[in-house]
Amino acid sequence: MSSTSEKFLVGIFDDEDILLHGVDGIREKGVKIHEVYTPFPVHGLDEALGYKRSRLPIAAFMFGLTGTILALVMQIWMLGFDWPMIIGGKNFVSLPPFIPVTFELTVLLSALGMVATFMIVSDMKPYKWPRTYDIRSTDDKHVMAIDLAANKLSKEEISRILKDNGASEVNEKNF
Amino acid sequence: MADEQYIFKPEAKRKLFMLLGVGILLFVIGVFMAMNSGGHEEGGHGALEAGKNLVASTEVVAAAEEGEAGEHHGSPVWLKKIYASLWHNNIFFAGLGIIGLFFVAIQYAAQAGWSAPIKRVPLALGQWIPIAGVLTLVIWFVAKGDLFHWTHHDLYVKDTAGYDKILDQKSVYFFWPLPAGGFPLFYILRMVVFFGLWYWFYTMIKKHMMTEDIEGGTQHWYSARKLSAIFLVIFAVSSSVSAWDWVMSIDPHWFSTMFGWYVFASWWVAGLATITLVVAYLKDAGYLKMVNQNHLHDLGKFVFAFSIFWTYIWFSQFMLIYYANIPEETVYFIERIKHAPYSWIFYVNLILNFVMPFLLLMTRDAKRHMSMLKVVCPIVIVGHWLDFYNMVTPGVMQYDGGLGLLEIGVALIFGSLFLFVGLNALSKMPLVAKNHPMMEESLNHHI
Repeated sequence: MSSTSEKFLVGIFDDEDILLHGVDGIREKGVKIHEVYTPFPVHGLDEALGYKRSRLPIAAFMFGLTGTILALVMQIWMLGFDWPMIIGGKNFVSLPPFIPVTFELTVLLSALGMVATFMIVSDMKPYKWPRTYDIRSTDDKHVMAIDLAANKLSKEEISRILKDNGASEVNEKNF
Repeated sequence: MADEQYIFKPEAKRKLFMLLGVGILLFVIGVFMAMNSGGHEEGGHGALEAGKNLVASTEVVAAAEEGEAGEHHGSPVWLKKIYASLWHNNIFFAGLGIIGLFFVAIQYAAQAGWSAPIKRVPLALGQWIPIAGVLTLVIWFVAKGDLFHWTHHDLYVKDTAGYDKILDQKSVYFFWPLPAGGFPLFYILRMVVFFGLWYWFYTMIKKHMMTEDIEGGTQHWYSARKLSAIFLVIFAVSSSVSAWDWVMSIDPHWFSTMFGWYVFASWWVAGLATITLVVAYLKDAGYLKMVNQNHLHDLGKFVFAFSIFWTYIWFSQFMLIYYANIPEETVYFIERIKHAPYSWIFYVNLILNFVMPFLLLMTRDAKRHMSMLKVVCPIVIVGHWLDFYNMVTPGVMQYDGGLGLLEIGVALIFGSLFLFVGLNALSKMPLVAKNHPMMEESLNHHI
């Protein structure tokens, strides 16, 4: 834990429609939103917050390609060069029987790599305890966190903007 | 929302007639060339000669398996070529028509909302079903002796040179309840009943969709859903059986338990590509304004996913036969891998139908933009046309097969007629359903 405390303003929203419109209004006023936590996925929230599309699919493709190459190299080396065996009268290096293993390793590496990438990018390391801005985000409230250090506007101004845009309450939270 | 009506403009008709004319011209030239060359003019002939020595043993096996050693059927090569090509295209385009109905039925059974504005396109393509039924029957009766080895009477006469024990044991499947070697009543009955059922379901579902436009309400949607569910059960059986009847029985000694699925997968993905392509061109022509990138994305996902599904089925069939290495099964692939032009089609098939759609449609952006869909869909359609070529032709033509002007001409004739019938049907109904209960959901579709 860093010694300097981080100050956050936490807006609570009761309804996802109010939240969605609120996000637009708040961003128009020039307030930078740190993150929004919702008890269920809210359709269109990513676009409203202006998030870029995740590049996770590219990572998945790269991991998958690694798996494909690894599987083919492994099988060709093992069955073709290191310990050639006659199986079913086929050539030592014959592609069709290698395909199922190649497929499986492609899927396995792609999936595991994607999970690992997601964990790292989302800052969900095993030793990291998640910050809870408001425990009600796991129940029935939508919680908007605003990092005061990242905003030029004063605490009072942001608080008023949040209230104007539908927040039912605004709290402070320090970490 | 605005009512939309597709107008089948004279320019579009003229283009299709030109395509038809080009097709007929190519066909005539192709027939003329085939007649004058005695059937051994095809490209890759040298490769065939070279390959013959290498695979002589398998060829003997193949000939014995096919029961064709030293025996030649009545018709000359050029006529067999025409028959093979007609049957190949007929089965391919019949599939595209049936898939039109199948797509609509799937949407109802799954209670899908997103597809509400585009359902008229597959429905219109289904108008080909009755024509396909008539064509299938006519071509079958004209060309049965050349297309289907099992129709020959002398195969079923015991204690003669021509007697074929394997086919005699399978004869019930074709000839029941009549004696083997005569009129294949059971087979023809299935053909008639399948097309009859498909057409009946097509007219009933279409009737409900049309009445819904006028009357509104949800009762027609529910009726269409019920019909669709029953149709899907029937189609599950009839698509497989028709695949065995119309395609697999060309090689009557050979069998594969994957074959019904294989033909269905090929039909399905070619049909999806056709639907996507027609939707894209309608959008280009200024129709289907409510269809946006989200609907295209769904269609693109269909083409992408079922290209992989087809590959999975293809591999499942190939892999088991390759690994088990039983002569009576491998003969099918040896015929197709070792002889031109089947050999290059065999590999091109995999590139066009798996590698290309897999890599080109992988990203989200590719599926959401018509420019990429308009590249991939024709590739997939041509690819599955070649796929059907390799299913039908080797069994009919043996080593006399070729892919030239004749085959392309027949494909253009069928393609232009198919599009003409489909677009004509589309112009006779509102392009977008007027009272579809899920239209609102589809307009707000967002993925």
